[in-house]
Amino acid sequence: MDERTGFLLFSAIALVGALNVVLRRNPVHAVLWLVGSFLGVAGIFLTLGSGLLAAIQVMVYAGAIMVLFLFVILLLNLETPRFEGISLARGASLFASAATGLLLLWPFVSDRSLQAPATPAVNLPVTAANVGMTLFQRFAVPFEIVSLVLLVAMVGAIHVARRPRRDEPA
Amino acid sequence: MTDPLWISLVKAVAVFAFTLTLVPLLVLAERRISAWMQYRVGPNRVGPFGSMQPLADLVKMLFKEELRPAGVPAFLFGAAPAIAAICSLFMMAVVPLGGTLLFGGHSTRMVVADVDVGVLAVLATSSLGVYGITLGGWASNSKYSLLGGLRSSAQMISYELTMGLSLLSVLVLVRRGDAGLFGSLSLSDIVASQASSGIWNVVKCPLGFLLFTTAAFAETNRLPFDLPEAEPELVGGYHTEYSAMKFGLFFLGEYAAMVAGSAVVVCLFLGGWHLPFVTGAEAVGVPGALLQVGVFVAKLLVFLFFFIHVRWTLPRFRYDQLMDLGWKVMLPLALVNLLVTGGLVAAGVF
Repeated sequence: MDERTGFLLFSAIALVGALNVVLRRNPVHAVLWLVGSFLGVAGIFLTLGSGLLAAIQVMVYAGAIMVLFLFVILLLNLETPRFEGISLARGASLFASAATGLLLLWPFVSDRSLQAPATPAVNLPVTAANVGMTLFQRFAVPFEIVSLVLLVAMVGAIHVARRPRRDEPA
Repeated sequence: MTDPLWISLVKAVAVFAFTLTLVPLLVLAERRISAWMQYRVGPNRVGPFGSMQPLADLVKMLFKEELRPAGVPAFLFGAAPAIAAICSLFMMAVVPLGGTLLFGGHSTRMVVADVDVGVLAVLATSSLGVYGITLGGWASNSKYSLLGGLRSSAQMISYELTMGLSLLSVLVLVRRGDAGLFGSLSLSDIVASQASSGIWNVVKCPLGFLLFTTAAFAETNRLPFDLPEAEPELVGGYHTEYSAMKFGLFFLGEYAAMVAGSAVVVCLFLGGWHLPFVTGAEAVGVPGALLQVGVFVAKLLVFLFFFIHVRWTLPRFRYDQLMDLGWKVMLPLALVNLLVTGGLVAAGVF
């Protein structure tokens, strides 16, 4: 299978999956389609010759994060939402979001000369060793800052979710 | 080095057949060993020494009536056991059973998919395997199955963290011969590095071995972590509503996961197809290849015996004990283990 066929196949999987995420009524089915979409993206990484990114995509997104999504949905016991017809407010918001989307996409659709930057910041084959060296030497400080931000988010989430003790004011 | 299509096909079929053959043998071994440990006879009616018992079990599963609870989504109900079984079987694809085989002008590595991120592929597959269990619980349309599925997948997610962290300590030990570089994600490199240093990783980092093995037991839902089997107190787990061959597939998945998990442990910690104090060539002809695979399978069988022995020795954890062990004991220990191993490597001890 050459690169082009692979790309077309896997991006079709990713797009059909993404479309079904929005179209399914049942939230569990939507999550499963999203998993399929992520697997398609992992396939695209594979055709680009990066097994590392593909494996990480499957492990982190398709595996870990979507299982947590599934957990939350199963535990919340969501009702399948019913379609209530399009009201005026809903129609207006639909129109607004579609217009914004088109506006954002317009430069890419109209301008054929628009391309990815000719010289990427780091021009190395995507292997584990190269990714590690780049991440922990050249971009060590941004990496640490990002991890700190994530830690702060985690602490915040725990604080919000925690039940207040009886003696402390809510 | 890419193989021609027919070699890839032969390798894939061979490893698949090997794993699937090992499963009924393991079921029989499990029953005979448990009988031996409990001072009773065990299955001995079907065939000599009960050797046909797995076949009889299989026939029973195939011909049993399949019950399906009311209101289940048929596709997902059927897909869940298939996902569980496929993910376990897939893991064997990245495990190298031997070095490089030379025959008739061809040279090929004795692994189905020689990927340079083999370790990540193992972790990724095991994280996808969680879906089989979660969906099996959800699609059964029963509160007991749903809670059982959530329980088991929470257990697998928790122990995956320990598994990954104890793996890291092995990865920093890998030294690639060519440039003296540290670290590799390929299982073949990990095996080769143990062979060249002459010391198995189980000696270099015994704590990592203990943690990884324990996590592997939890990942395969085996005793002492087999809450799905706890029918007296929990009405069973994610497969409560499954019967006939769909239940059989979950069963197959569990045993295939046992085989794959043991094979990964053999590669990571027990030197793969190498024997200590024996320097063998990497590339060998057919007799040498058989010898290498033989050594690997022997180690695999010893480890599987250990798997079964533990099951019939230890009692089951309660759910809160299981979670406490995973998060408050094993995870911190894995972090300490990684720090110590990394420090030792940096100090030049290994």
